[in-house]
Amino acid sequence: MAHMPSIGRDDVARLADLARIQLTDEEIDRFAGEFDSIMDAVASVSEVATEDVPATSHPIAMTNVFREDVVETTLTQEQALAGAPEAQDGRFAVPQILGEE
Amino acid sequence: MTPQNQTDIIRRSAAAQAAALTAGEVSSEELTRAHLDRIAAVDGDLNAFLHVNTDEALAAAREVDTRRSAGEELHALAGVPIAVKDIVVTEGQPTTAGSKMLEGWIPPYDATLVNALRKAGLPILGKTNMDEFAMGSSTETSAYGPTRNPWDRDRIPGGSGGGSAAAVGAYEAPLAIGTDTGGSIRQPGAVTGTVGVKPTYGSVSRYGLIAMASSLDQAGPVTRTVEDSALLHELIAGHDPHDSTSLTDPVGPFAAAARSKDVKGLRVGVIEELEGEGFAPEVRARFTESLEQLERAGAEIVRVSCPNFRYALGAYYLIMPSEASSNLAKFDGMRFGLRVVPEDHPTAENVMKATRGAGFGDEVKRRILLGTYALSAGYFDAYYGSAQKVRTLVQRDFAAAFEQVDVLASPTAPTVAFRLGEQVDDPTAMYMNDIATIPANLAGVPGISLPSGLAEDGLPAGIQFLAPVRADERLYRVGGALEALLEDSWGGPLLAKAPELTGGAN
Repeated sequence: MAHMPSIGRDDVARLADLARIQLTDEEIDRFAGEFDSIMDAVASVSEVATEDVPATSHPIAMTNVFREDVVETTLTQEQALAGAPEAQDGRFAVPQILGEE
Repeated sequence: MTPQNQTDIIRRSAAAQAAALTAGEVSSEELTRAHLDRIAAVDGDLNAFLHVNTDEALAAAREVDTRRSAGEELHALAGVPIAVKDIVVTEGQPTTAGSKMLEGWIPPYDATLVNALRKAGLPILGKTNMDEFAMGSSTETSAYGPTRNPWDRDRIPGGSGGGSAAAVGAYEAPLAIGTDTGGSIRQPGAVTGTVGVKPTYGSVSRYGLIAMASSLDQAGPVTRTVEDSALLHELIAGHDPHDSTSLTDPVGPFAAAARSKDVKGLRVGVIEELEGEGFAPEVRARFTESLEQLERAGAEIVRVSCPNFRYALGAYYLIMPSEASSNLAKFDGMRFGLRVVPEDHPTAENVMKATRGAGFGDEVKRRILLGTYALSAGYFDAYYGSAQKVRTLVQRDFAAAFEQVDVLASPTAPTVAFRLGEQVDDPTAMYMNDIATIPANLAGVPGISLPSGLAEDGLPAGIQFLAPVRADERLYRVGGALEALLEDSWGGPLLAKAPELTGGAN
């Protein structure tokens, strides 16, 4: 992974867009200045991650975890909406979904 | 109670406080009030609590007192108050995870472990401060200001669970709940002279924990003694159908192991990769002395090598941000928490961006962006895929080591508590604080940190023990024994050497 491209301002802006985080110009500058050294520090993982090593996604392997299919108490509509920034007619009220263009 | 009686009782262990309740020496209401008074006296300086739950805690205490006087059979810790890290949801009490994103949010349900605390009759004193969404090693990324170390208020209390560690270290609570994704229970324990346990992954339900990295997160006890951690672990552990990774194993016996004080024949492995470079000289000296104590008590000290641990930090800082970037996608300004509506084009997408831009702090943004990068097309195999392979190699190192020894040992953290602000602008330096604690999270194995003595600048250092998956009982056995040996040599608990907190404005 020695030849990974460096992460510049444009890359940080694109990542922020993908992650839906609005950044200020100052934040973009700062993160762009930091990310190369952070990624350099973690890049050593590729030294030992050879093809014959299987990946582990979870510390304790489990398969097909089921519970009894019985109805349980869930949140009431009122509880579910209690923390909403805006609610209307028993539903979450959200801003306009589609842009005008 | 007189002020002197209050001071005496809050300095006792949770087990001793429970005994005083059973003996009728004190009521739960008096005990809970004594801790609330202590919080009022010293927390203005420490900032260990984000919310103090006075009325509900006293009501819960009175209810336990009533049940006790009616002759009901109660849990061993019934009536002993507890503090809960603010990443664990509590119905009816604010839960912020240290973030502006959740300022003022009142969860509509209890985490499974909170449910267990309530059922057992432990009054909940309040919610403790933490790094924002548990991302940090110093509690400085909290949106509500840092927690200060009770040993030196210019120093960090560790993180992310600095609030829980400081609260028990400053006698504001005898017990606290922490969560540990890469060391957030153990490292604060080390730098505050307290005890903390990260249980085997799946031992304690994650239902109701605000997730950072779901394959690494685990809740556990934060206390002043090994026995107290064992008692609390027994209370919060157990299978929960609401968490599909929750273990179905029987729980314990942890407290009996903590009390056994017997390490004869126990094989303790010193991890060669975690004791040399980067570890402060006095931290290493206290570690070596602790091992000598165990050896004199009949344990066998063996050196073991875990060669892939040197890649653990890198793997962790790929896996954790990747999982966090996914888990934190739910903070979108739509269903709960903050919503920021920009003046121009307030579409849902722009509202999400503005909300996340304003609601998340620097470290959270940094990790979401790193995770988004590591998971993006073209880099996935090189970064996230490689990190998952390192995870396998770290597990294999543990498996090989545990064929030779019963438990592994290392210093918990490389240094004593550093000064507030010292590392806050250097993320790679900050990440090094977790070098010794991260391998356990990658492999799911349990770990304990307990005080090893005073090191640089007269500040506490910690020793960490690790055990195989599902062998948490071994941690309590070795921890309880070493604690007793060291306290004999110190003439009392290490915390007795901490400076008095006088309270008031700093």
